[in-house]
Amino acid sequence: MKRRTLLASAAALSLAAGGAFAQDVPKVGFVYVGPVNDGGWSQHHHESAMKMKEHFGDQIEIVEQESVPEGADAERVLTQMALSGADLIFTTSFGYMDPTINVAEKFPDVKFEHATGYKTADNVSAYSARFYEGRAITGYLAGAMTETNKIGYIGSFPIPEVIRGINSSYLHAAQANPEVEIAVVWLNTWFDPAKEADATQALLDQGADVVLAHTDSTAPLSVLEKAGAYGFGQAADMAEYKPEPRLSSIIDDWAPYYIDRVQALIDGSWESHNVWQGIGDGMVGIGEFTGPIPDDVLSHVTQMKEDIASGAYHPFTGPINKQDGSAWLAEGEVADDGVLAGMDFYVEGVTGEIPN
Amino acid sequence: MIRLERRPEPSRLWTGVTPVLAVLLTMIVGGIMFAALGKPPLEAIRTIFWDPLFHPQFAGYSRPQLLVKAGPLILIAIGLSIGFRAGIWNIGAEGQYIMGAVCGAAVGLAFYPADSALLFPLMVVAGALGGWAWAMIPAVLRTKFGTNEILVSLMLVYVAENILASASSGWLRNPEGQGFPGSRNFKQWPAVFNDELVAGTGMHWGVVAAFIAVIAAYVLMARHIQGYNVRLTGEAPRAARFAGVSPVRIVFLCLGISGALAGAAGLFEVTGPAGQVSIDFGSGYGFTAIIVAFLGRLNPFGILLAGLLMALTYIGGELAQLMLGLPGASIQLFQGMLLFFLLATDVFTNYRLRFARRETA
Repeated sequence: MKRRTLLASAAALSLAAGGAFAQDVPKVGFVYVGPVNDGGWSQHHHESAMKMKEHFGDQIEIVEQESVPEGADAERVLTQMALSGADLIFTTSFGYMDPTINVAEKFPDVKFEHATGYKTADNVSAYSARFYEGRAITGYLAGAMTETNKIGYIGSFPIPEVIRGINSSYLHAAQANPEVEIAVVWLNTWFDPAKEADATQALLDQGADVVLAHTDSTAPLSVLEKAGAYGFGQAADMAEYKPEPRLSSIIDDWAPYYIDRVQALIDGSWESHNVWQGIGDGMVGIGEFTGPIPDDVLSHVTQMKEDIASGAYHPFTGPINKQDGSAWLAEGEVADDGVLAGMDFYVEGVTGEIPN
Repeated sequence: MIRLERRPEPSRLWTGVTPVLAVLLTMIVGGIMFAALGKPPLEAIRTIFWDPLFHPQFAGYSRPQLLVKAGPLILIAIGLSIGFRAGIWNIGAEGQYIMGAVCGAAVGLAFYPADSALLFPLMVVAGALGGWAWAMIPAVLRTKFGTNEILVSLMLVYVAENILASASSGWLRNPEGQGFPGSRNFKQWPAVFNDELVAGTGMHWGVVAAFIAVIAAYVLMARHIQGYNVRLTGEAPRAARFAGVSPVRIVFLCLGISGALAGAAGLFEVTGPAGQVSIDFGSGYGFTAIIVAFLGRLNPFGILLAGLLMALTYIGGELAQLMLGLPGASIQLFQGMLLFFLLATDVFTNYRLRFARRETA
């Protein structure tokens, strides 16, 4: 209790001080888990923040902090950011969830946006992208392009987002090619070019000729290029690997969302919400289709992209069974967001086990 | 010609002066680096060293945070320094820190949601034992097979990281966490939450343990026969053997103490500031503590000061990023300089400069 009053007075102090410095433009903060030039996740948040800043120009001030470890350090960084007078803070990694909630409780006048989590509060929004929509498209392409009927998947951490990606990829690969098999390798990292290259080679050695990655570097594509196999851009377009081995890509684009939310802050219309945006809202971008994709496949994936964007098609539409053969979705039934958010099972046809 | 001449014995004056000199040199060269980055150098240095302590807006919050950040660094560094004195190089404190957190948290979570006052002490013991057991692996391998404890303890860090990943996404995962990785949050479990003992001070049990460790290490090294044996082993291994000191026992003693302290630090951190076992729990305390141990001259009270100084550069560095937009990497470089200059100026402890007269041929 004492602690809370102390922090409340600290917050009041900061508001007073913020008023005294009187720059009057809203201050928007960003906290990144990696360096802003990691080539993947953090870089895309940073670039989107920069686009947002460009859009608003001098109307806002922006502060950023990179390479912030998740846990206790994040809590301190967020507190300092709030004390420095930030009005809206984007915390761009899953592990910042509890720290964000804790700090938000102490600073009720500061607004927070947490990426890829599930907890919200009056001044904390959650936002996330439906990457599985993009996985449906790259998965279909992988199924259509494999000649060995075996596709590889480089998993980062065995968390729901990644499991959704594997399931979505497999389901759509099997739509294109019912014979297809998927092999998954887990790396327990989001970014490690050497490990990613090794995993790609291991999957190729097991007979895969298309490899999908859920890690952020370009190392898999560089290995695939040498082997004459196919892959996809992940998080970024990775256009330097056009037209082959890169067939398409899933691009993280947070800029429209950031612009939208900062506008709401300026207008005074900001309210807490929990959104999950996909291809339709522009948060998930699909890179140009390149390489020797047959015309019928090309028209199918183009149509699929439009249908997902318009909401006409949901990548998890029944009938779908779980890996153990038990029924999950009945014919025509669509998965609800709650189950998708916590997905901890493979669908029927995926081999192997989720670690632990 | 300038040349270095070995001193008959290390200079006491320089032993005390080098840390101060290293900090000053770091400020100067760091300032030049910040200026090269187009940031005001004096303001940057002030933000790093002064603002966390005295800035009217931040200090109220960041002063207690110094203790929170310094606590685990000091606790781990004290353990490491004892081994370093004996020439036993435990580089894997990060792994022992992680294993302490995992073991202690696992024991605690096995009793969830018990409300016993005995649970927290039990977890501390389990945490210390976890770290100790992890350090026993290099100890056994070294004494039985003559393997190098530097390599073994370092490699075990990566093993520990994988165990941590498997714990947080598997067997210690919060059953109410909707399938996301991470254990239950200890902050929501008052019986075991390692909260501040006095509100607003940052003092939690880990910080208290760190202070106790400083005093205990001083007594051990200065007054106790085992401390003497440790020093003797490091300074004159042959003499130690003639004096009947068993090198095997010293290896077990040193690795055991450093492992147990690192494990306890992990437990205090996971139940307190960090709050939960998560994939990214290990945030490099075990490695930074090596710098702290050397910066503190392997002396318990020196380590206390060095830990606080290191914590200051962390928190001040964060403030500098926030207030001045300095890149994160420049702060790491700044911290690296501190060790670099310490080691560089250290030469003068053991050597002195001689301006040699030209020899006549």
